[in-house]
Formats: sequence, C-alpha cells, structure tokens
Amino acid sequence: MTAFVRSAGFLTSVQDLARTGYRQAGVSLGGALDTHALKVANALIGNEDNAAGIEVTLGKLRLSFEDNRLIAWCGGEFSIRIGDQNLPAGHAGLVAKNDEVTITAPNAGGRAWLAISGGIDVPIVLGSRSTDLRGNFGGHEGRALRDGDVLPLSKERRFIPRPRDPKTNGGLESAAPWGAPATWACIAHEKVVLRIVRGTDWERFTAGAEQSLVASAFTVTSDSDRMGARLDGPELKRVESGDLLSEAVAPGTLQVPPNGQPILLLGDCQTIGGYPKIAHVITVDLPIAAQLWPGDTVRFHEVPLVEAQALLREREKDFALFRAGVALHLR
Amino acid sequence: MRIEPLGDSALLVRVVEEFEAEKSLDAVLRAIQQLERAEIPGIIELAPAYTTIGVFLDPARSGTFADTSASIERALERELELATVRAAATIEVPVCYESEFAPDLDEVARHTKLSPEEIIRRHSAANYRVSCVGFTPGFPYLSGLPPELATPRRASPRKEVPAGAVAIGGTQTGIYPRKSPGGWNIIGRTPLRLFDVDRQPPALFRAGDRVRFRKISCQDFDGFAT
Repeated sequence: MTAFVRSAGFLTSVQDLARTGYRQAGVSLGGALDTHALKVANALIGNEDNAAGIEVTLGKLRLSFEDNRLIAWCGGEFSIRIGDQNLPAGHAGLVAKNDEVTITAPNAGGRAWLAISGGIDVPIVLGSRSTDLRGNFGGHEGRALRDGDVLPLSKERRFIPRPRDPKTNGGLESAAPWGAPATWACIAHEKVVLRIVRGTDWERFTAGAEQSLVASAFTVTSDSDRMGARLDGPELKRVESGDLLSEAVAPGTLQVPPNGQPILLLGDCQTIGGYPKIAHVITVDLPIAAQLWPGDTVRFHEVPLVEAQALLREREKDFALFRAGVALHLR
Repeated sequence: MRIEPLGDSALLVRVVEEFEAEKSLDAVLRAIQQLERAEIPGIIELAPAYTTIGVFLDPARSGTFADTSASIERALERELELATVRAAATIEVPVCYESEFAPDLDEVARHTKLSPEEIIRRHSAANYRVSCVGFTPGFPYLSGLPPELATPRRASPRKEVPAGAVAIGGTQTGIYPRKSPGGWNIIGRTPLRLFDVDRQPPALFRAGDRVRFRKISCQDFDGFAT
C-alpha cells in the first residue's frame, strides 16, 4: 500500500504534529507548520490526530494511490482535484485506485496540509515521522519529496471506503457534503493581523518600538522559510544594546536581531536564541502565520495573556466536538 | 528564581539571574532534575540554557500558569535525594589541531598574539562545561575558554563548516556536529560523532556535562573508529 508521487512540486515534505522531547539535544520541533490544519484534515478522514500527512508549499503536486483512500486538506487558497473533480478545503474525498490527485499553485497563502486515510507510514525517528529538512532525518529519507518517490501508507484502522458508485448513496461521493468550519479549512487572509502577547524582553525596547510594533505594517521578506518569517518595517530599537544569553524560543516567538527587523519564528526554528523576544504570536493565530509569503504584509495586535489562553482552550474544545461529529459521519 | 510567561503555552524559569559558569550550570542542572522528578501535569518538555529553563506545556493537560508556576516553585524547593542526583558526565574529546583541520588557527594567533602551539596547549589544557546544546542538533556551547583565547566571530560566516570542526566564537568554544554554515573560528577537528538519530540519547553532550580536549595527530584521527 503506497502513494506514488508523480510530481513533487516546489517543496513538499512528510510531517506530523511535531518532534517533542528532544529540545535538550537541540532538535527543532518541526512538524506541520500549521498543526491545527493537519489535525483537522486527519480528523475529517478518521485518522489519529498525529498521523503523518503531506505539507505542500506552493502546490504543483500530483499523487496517486495503490488502493482506495480518503483524503482531506486544509490550508491556503489552493485548488485540489481528484481526477477532474474539485475537492474543497476541509472536506473528505474518496480517491479511487489510480485516480490522480492534483494540487495547483495557490491564489493566496503558500502552504497546505493533505491527510491520507491510514497516514504515511515512514519510520519514526526520535519519536516523530516529521521531516527535519535541515537535520536531514525523519520523514521520507530525511528530505523533501522528489518526482517518482513511493511513500508507504498505513493500513486504515477505522474503515475501508468503498469505491465510488453513482447509482447508490451508500459509498462516499468524491467529496463529502459535510466538512470542517470554513475558518479552519481555508486560512489565507487578505489583511493579516496576528494577535500577540508581550515577550519576556518587552521592557528592553523603547516606547517608540513598542508603539511601532502594533501600529505599523510589516512586509514578509524573501529570505523567509520554515524556520521563520523575516519582516521588514520600522526599526524596533532597544533601550540599550548588548548581548543577551540565549534562552528557549518557540514557534510564534517574535525576536528582534540588532538590525531592528523582527523575525517571526515558525516550526523549524532553533530551540534556543539570543535575540530579545519582544512578543509572541498567540497559538490560535499560528495557522495564519504559517500562510505568510514574501511580499505579504502583516500587522500585530496586542491581547492580554488570559485572552490568548481562553481562545486556545475554546478552540481545543471546538476541535474535540468537531472530531466527535465527524466520527458519526464516518461510522 | 523568577517564572515568566513565554507566549501562551510555555513558561521561562529564570533559575539564577547572572551567568557564572560553574554555579549557574549546577543550579540549572539541579532544577532540571527536580522538575523531571516532580512530574507536573501538562509539561511536555524542558529546554535548559545558561541560566534558564523553558517549560513547554500542553494546554489541554496543564493547569493555569499560576497553578503550574506554583508547582514549579514547590518542585524547586524540594530536596533531591543524594543517591539519585545525576552527576555531570565528563567527556574527553580527541581533537586534531593540525593545519589541514585548522583553517582559522592563524587568525586566532593574530588576534590573541599567541603562537599556534600556545593556543593549542591552552585550548587542550582547560576544563570546559556545556552551557547549553542548540543552534543545530547536538551543538555544545562550551564555557571555560581561557579568556586570552577569546576571538570574535568571523565577519562573514562560512557557507560550509565540516562536521566535527572545533571552533572559537567570542568567549565560547564549540563543536559543529554536522556540516553546516558557521561563523566561528575553526582551530581543529574531532572524529567523534556528536549527534546520531540512531543513538539514545542522540546527542553526545547534555547541558552541564564537563568536557576536556585531548590533542591527537592526523594519524590518530584517521584511525579513529567512529
């Protein structure tokens, strides 16, 4: 049981929810840059939350499977087809043996997460199936996918979908009529506002810098990648210069190197960093951050910590309900 | 000791305020063990560095920041049973300092006004400790570099530093676990494998470990079974 990568696209990799437990050894979390999107896509087709899926960057991916599989995807404004039928974001679709799945370039946003029923069965390395692209381990041979790759798929645990049969309503049509909430499924925003909480080094910045951070627009620069989105905007000045000791950082940390241009850290970021942390993007807004692309503009809006935590708890509750609801459909 | 929020799902424990190599590392090492033993609900993992420990939480299983901070404070007050305290390991690192492996030794000599032989002698005579592990998987930041060997990082980083390169960056010394870009001054190379995903634990060094360098010849280097 395999998936055949007919065309691998720009930067496609196998990712699960992250590699935890090895920060002490300097190993990045990695995983899907938008873990919520992968969880939703997995839930839609009856996978475990942490099943490994495919992170697609800028599309141009073509895939087919050796047997019948369900798929679902969430992410930017991509267009994904099964054969010649459109599969909307946040919906389960049945891919019959030898059907081709095509993902085209996005209209907005840059990344999407595709889940395949059963999940991708690459070996677990340091507790995760995620590809560490800089460390060259995990995922499929520790690297981005290439044309012609063959990916092992796990046997489905929950059910085997029946092939499409237009005469009956018993089997799933190519796209299921029910789906995930639109805000979870398609994440590209035209005017990006990321909510932040103050960072541990907030006080090290001038009042002007603190004001600029929440009042100005920042542009994502071209040297951004899975480690972080580099931003260009007004210089965020510190009260005093001088080196700081490195300490823990995490996806969402907004750090400011000496040139005053902030870097928004993403999933592949280093485990520790020595630049001052002016703020942190709140966890529920990381899916929006994962869609940032060079040339996009982004603004920041400060919220109290308790609000950030309440939003996260609420989303986790909503997700649990959603997964229970999907289970009823998939029975 | 202070505990601060690090975003909405992590805390940063400032174990001590100022970095003093031996004292800070002992304190952080001890705090790590106290926290590991306390089994505080919802802690996913700990990330120590110099004077701090990042405590990463699963919001679904952890209490409020106030609850977790209180549990952390209690855990750090608890005495460790002596028998269970993990002693810092001492790791000897063989290093070949010969010129083919030491492209920046002359630059360090120029900056420090010491001869290459004297730099090698002092570098391999000092006692070091791992302040933290990061930058790339398994990279040890070592404190204990004799102050007279301190040399600023290169103005422009090298695109490629070979695996095992032993280097000086400012007041610290370190070892590149794998081929990567890097801006430190390379003065030697070790045949040891610093990071291996097939090994448990995968990284050779942990924060707090003691390290010594032992000078070896090119012949020893080639004959070293990795």
